[in-house]
Amino acid sequence: MSSRREILDLLRENARYTTEDIARLTDYSESEVAEIIDEFEDAGIIRGYQAVVDWNAVESDEERVRATVELNVTLDRETSYDDISDRIAKFPEVTSLRLVSGDYDFDLEVEGDSMREVSHFISDKIAPIPEITQTVTHYIMESYKEQGMEFDDHDDDDRLSVSP
Amino acid sequence: MTFEPADRVDSVPPSGIRRFFELAEEMDDIISLGVGEPDFSAPWAAREAAIASLERGQTSYTANRGKRELRERIADYEAAAHNLQYDPDEEILVTAGASEGLDLAFRALLNPGDSIAIAQPCYVSYVPGATFAGIDVVDVPTRAADEFKLTREVLESSGAAEADALVYCYPNNPTGATMTAEEMADVAAFCRENDLLVFADEIYADLTYEHDHTSIATLPGMRERTVVFNGFSKAFAMTGFRLGYAMAPPEAIEAMNRIHQYSMLSAPTTAQHAAIEALDNCRDEVTEMAAQYDRRRKYVLTRFEEMGLDCFPASGAFYAFPECPWDDAGEFAESLLQEKRVAVVPGTAFGEGGSGHLRVSYATGLDDLKEAMARIESFLN
Repeated sequence: MSSRREILDLLRENARYTTEDIARLTDYSESEVAEIIDEFEDAGIIRGYQAVVDWNAVESDEERVRATVELNVTLDRETSYDDISDRIAKFPEVTSLRLVSGDYDFDLEVEGDSMREVSHFISDKIAPIPEITQTVTHYIMESYKEQGMEFDDHDDDDRLSVSP
Repeated sequence: MTFEPADRVDSVPPSGIRRFFELAEEMDDIISLGVGEPDFSAPWAAREAAIASLERGQTSYTANRGKRELRERIADYEAAAHNLQYDPDEEILVTAGASEGLDLAFRALLNPGDSIAIAQPCYVSYVPGATFAGIDVVDVPTRAADEFKLTREVLESSGAAEADALVYCYPNNPTGATMTAEEMADVAAFCRENDLLVFADEIYADLTYEHDHTSIATLPGMRERTVVFNGFSKAFAMTGFRLGYAMAPPEAIEAMNRIHQYSMLSAPTTAQHAAIEALDNCRDEVTEMAAQYDRRRKYVLTRFEEMGLDCFPASGAFYAFPECPWDDAGEFAESLLQEKRVAVVPGTAFGEGGSGHLRVSYATGLDDLKEAMARIESFLN
């Protein structure tokens, strides 16, 4: 028997599956699938749907520059992690923001059109936030796998076309 | 003196699947639902273990019966997964695929002139394997009305009671049929009553979607007369590693090993290293692949229903076995291939019991599967 979780797994696998496809892949009817997806969206379980893009494969002069930034912060009685994260997450340049364990506090991902733009964003917008004590920026040089998808093209089917 | 095939070879026709293979190979852009192996690659950890073993220079023969560490793990795995208890020292033989194991059993445990009942339709190697061993074949055609399960009725009506042994594969290739514990108990009773040995090909045991697999060897009075065959090809997606195993009482394994030690020496060493890792650390991948097959199974069965193609609810392996809407399934498959570039295999390739049906493998990515179903639908209209 299928579970609601399976619908989540299927959408994580391919957000472009139609409700009709998902119904055929599970024990749910099409209307049940639509209803469950609505519920996931309403409850904030599904926050959005995005394409996984390999920018290297995009034939265009437009460059996408991405960086991960380690942030260290200092807290006081009036300021919590949530307060700081609110301020950082609001910038459209920030594509992800996570609180992490270890040597630094926040793990930030930033995207821009050039290295210059990303550098300026870090130095002008992020570093000056009073609670932030240190930033370490790592530019992403090559991406091999994003969101569970490998970017190599070595997965050709080498099976015989018909076999017993 | 010139080369002429020996009589035992001459009496076996080339595989019925070959013609389709040759046709399909000549074409570009086909979507093949004719493949009897997983579309997934072997789990990375298993591949990595194979590479590491090569780096360490572990390229020698192993013990004839296979590495002891592997046999121990197989014993543990079969106990946990299928409730089978076999001693790794005396009751397990690691083979080059389950196919080698079956061939060994035919030759080591039956005499020329003995007879073997073969549940049909079946994997392509059973009848030739029996013929090469000089064993007479008793066809046991399972019926579409029984969803291709083996029943006491078909065993009785086909004369299987007179045979010395019975060979079958459940979950089944090519039909996708499975047997419940109760249904298997009927077969077991028949085998006990008529004193049949059983060669149980359980290569798809971990790919069941409606109920758990029951091994006949777990049923009362059956362990002592059964050889169970399994391997890493299907559930672990390791077909090219060529690694299987046979489990049976010591005297059967001893006899099979007598041939194995002279013909094969030992199963591929690199594959054995990969298999150890597969059993230690790749169970989650097996579960995930099975979940994927199950979704595709539902998809295919639903699509067949939508296009009015009769198909019983196949519940194991990765095959559906719809009825062919044309009288001649071979002609249908050929036209579908020529006109729509979709390969399926006519049931007759798996013996007469498969006539009037098509084997549709859903070991294919969902995008291709969707496209193939759309093409079949437009072909039917």
